[in-house]
Amino acid sequence: MSFGHKHILGIEHLSREDIFQILDTAAGFKEINTRAIKKVPTLRGRTIINLFFEASTRTRTSFEIAGKRLSADTVNISASSSSVVKGETLEDTARNIEAMHPDIIVMRHGASGAPHYLAERLNCAIVNAGDGAHEHPSQALLDLFTIREKKGSLEGLKVAIVGDIAHSRVARSNLYALTRVGAEVRLAGPGTMVPPGIEKLGAEVHHDINDAIRDADVVMMLRIQLERQGKTLLPSLREFSRFYGLNQDNLKLARPDALVMHPGPMNRGVEIASSVADGPQNVILDQVENGVAVRMALLYLVAGGEAAEES
Amino acid sequence: MSILIKNGRLIDPANNIDDHLDLLLKDGLVAAVGKNLSVDADETIDADGKLVTPGLIDLHVHLRDPGQEYKEDIASGTAAAVAGGFTSVACMPNTQPVNDNLAVTKYILSRSEEVGRCRVFPVASITRGLKGENLTEMGELKQGGAVAFSDDGRPVENGEVMRRALEYARPFGAPIISHAEDLSLVGKGVMNDGFVATELGLKGIPWVAEDAMVARDVMLAEYTGGHMHIAHISTRGAVEIVRRAKERGVRVTCEATPHHFTLTEEAVRGYDTNAKMNPPLRTEADLEAVRRGLADGTIDAIATDHAPHHRDEKNVEFNIAMNGIVGLETALPLALALVRDGLVELNRMVALLTSGPAAVLGLEVGSLAAGRPADVTLIDPDCEWTLAADQLVSKSKNTPFGGWTLQGAAITTVVGGKIAWQRAGQQ
Ligand SMILES: [Zn+2]
Ligand SMILES: [Zn+2]
Repeated sequence: MSFGHKHILGIEHLSREDIFQILDTAAGFKEINTRAIKKVPTLRGRTIINLFFEASTRTRTSFEIAGKRLSADTVNISASSSSVVKGETLEDTARNIEAMHPDIIVMRHGASGAPHYLAERLNCAIVNAGDGAHEHPSQALLDLFTIREKKGSLEGLKVAIVGDIAHSRVARSNLYALTRVGAEVRLAGPGTMVPPGIEKLGAEVHHDINDAIRDADVVMMLRIQLERQGKTLLPSLREFSRFYGLNQDNLKLARPDALVMHPGPMNRGVEIASSVADGPQNVILDQVENGVAVRMALLYLVAGGEAAEES
Repeated sequence: MSILIKNGRLIDPANNIDDHLDLLLKDGLVAAVGKNLSVDADETIDADGKLVTPGLIDLHVHLRDPGQEYKEDIASGTAAAVAGGFTSVACMPNTQPVNDNLAVTKYILSRSEEVGRCRVFPVASITRGLKGENLTEMGELKQGGAVAFSDDGRPVENGEVMRRALEYARPFGAPIISHAEDLSLVGKGVMNDGFVATELGLKGIPWVAEDAMVARDVMLAEYTGGHMHIAHISTRGAVEIVRRAKERGVRVTCEATPHHFTLTEEAVRGYDTNAKMNPPLRTEADLEAVRRGLADGTIDAIATDHAPHHRDEKNVEFNIAMNGIVGLETALPLALALVRDGLVELNRMVALLTSGPAAVLGLEVGSLAAGRPADVTLIDPDCEWTLAADQLVSKSKNTPFGGWTLQGAAITTVVGGKIAWQRAGQQ
C-alpha cells in the first residue's frame, strides 16, 4: 500500500488509516535500531536536508539518525528564524536549497505555516518538524506509537494533556492524532493557556489538573516555556507547579498503570516533579527511542515507500 | 465642453433622486438633471440599462506617495481609483515623510493636480510623526487642503492627546479619524483571536481590542463635542457602540471596508497572507453586524482602506507579512453583491459610496445637484467578470479576491466633466 501524502505538514491532514500505516511502518523499523549494524539501504542515494530555523538538538538529531539508518545522505542547515534579521527571505532560502535537489526537507520554523509555504513552492517532500504554535506531527506520532506499544491499543484510552495548550504545537498535533484513533482527550491548563474554541477539536477542557488526570490512562505533560514567564500568562512558576504540576499526589488520581509522558526537555520541579519524572510510570525515554523509528517511517513513506522492496 | 448622459437610472441619494433622468454636464459642473433633456452636447453617452450616480468617494486609501512609490504612487493609485469608479479619494498620512506638515499636504495636492486623474483629499496626521504625542498644526493644515486628521496605521494611545485633538480640530470643522485598537490587547496578534487562530497556531487579536478603543473614542467625542470618525469598523461590539452613541446624538461616524463585509477569518486558512489585515478579518457574526450597520445607517460610508504592498512584503511567513489589501478596483462589485443578496438597498449602497463619505468629510462632491462638480460614475450592475490580480491597475496586486467572479463594474468615470476612465469595450 503506498502512502497517500507527498508531505507531512500536520496530523490535521492525516486519516486514521494514514496514522496506523505510519505506526505499523515504524514498528517494522524499530527492530533495526537494536541491531549491531543499525543501517539498511532503503534510502540510499537520497538526500535529506534538516532545515532548522529554531534550535532543537533533540528533534534534529532524531531525524538525522533516522535518515542515516536508512542510508540517506543527511545534511543539517541551521538558519535564523527571523528572515528579516538574516536578510534572506524564506523564499530565497527555499530556492537555494531546492537548487541542491534534496528529496526531503525536514523543517522546523518558528512561524506557524512556514512548512506549508515551502510545500507550495518546492518540488521535494516537506516533513514538518514543528511550526510555531501550530503542529509537531512527528512528536504526536511517536507519542501514539509509545502509547500503543505500552497499552496494546489506542481506542478508548483516556489521555490528559496538561500545561500550556495555547502555545503548544505538541498539544495540537496530539489532539488531532488521539481523537482520530479513538482516544478520549482531556486538556488542562491555566485560563491564559487554553486557546479559544479548542474544545471544538474534540477535547474536554479543564482548568483543574485533577479533573483531567482522574482515571487517565496517559498523562502527557507539556513543556512550560520559561521565557514566556513574566509576560502575563502566569503569576509565577511556583504558582504553576502548585496548580498544574504533576506530582506523586495528583498522579494517584490517574489509573495505577497510567503512563507519564513529556516531549522534553523537562523543567523538573515545574511541570513535573523529579520523583515522577524518574518514577516507574514514566516512558519519557521510550518516547525518545521510538522517535527514531517513527521518523524513519515518515521519511520512508514520503520518499515513496517503494525503495524497500527494490533493495 | 459638455457631456449629456441619457436614458440611465439616475441615483443621487444626496438629493433623494432615483429615476430615469438625463444628466447634462457643462464646464466641469452639473448643468441640469431632467427628463428627456434635448440639448446639443459635445458628447452624448447612452446609459440605457446602466446606473448613473455621483462619482464614488473613497475616504480611506493609502497612496504611499511620498516615500513608498514602489508600492503605489499618486499616478497609479488614482488610476486604480477611476478604474474602480472612484472620482475622489482621501489619502492617509502614513507616508514617508508623514503628512504632518503643509509641505507634504501641498505636495500631494499639486502632484494629484498634475496627474489629473481624480480628486485627492489629503488627510493629515493628528500627531507629529504619528508618534501620538504632539498635535500637528491643524489650522494651517486644514486651510492648506487637509480634510481630516488621522494617525491611521496606529491608534492614538494616550487618551489626553485624543481628547485635545477633538477639541482642537472641532472649530476648524475637521473630523478626527480613529484607527481604533488597544495595542496592549493586540499584542503580537496577527489574525482574529478565536477558533481559527487556535487551529492555525497563530496569535490572535481579540475583538475587545477594537471595542475598547472605539468605546473610549466615542466617549471622548461625546465629552468634547468633536467629530469622531471610526475607520474600518469590524466588530459587532464596535458597531453597537456607534449605533447607541448616534442614538444619543454623539457626533460619531464610521466606515466599513468591503473585505470586512465580504470575508471572515476563514479566509486565513492556508496561511494566505492576502487575508492578513488590520483590523483582522473577523467572524460570521461580526460580518453580519457590519452588514446590518451598513443597511440601517449606523455605518456612514464604505471605504476600501486600499493598502498596496509589494509582492515581497506578502510573499513571506504569515506572521511577518504586511497588513492590508488593495481595494479600489473591487469595492463596487463587492458592494453591489450586498444589494443582490438583499442585504442593503441599492439607494443606500450608492449613498454609502457617495453622499455618505462626502458628509463625513464635508466635501462638496457626492451630489448631482446643479452647480456641483461634474463627477459621475456610470455603472453596469450586471456584467460578470473574473478578477485577475495581475491585471489590476494598482501597482500592487495584493488582493484576496483574485480569481473571483464578480458582478457589476464602473464602465465610465467622469471627473470634473471629463471622462477619466472607460472600461475596455465601452465607449
Ligand atoms: Zn487603519
Ligand atoms: Zn488605513
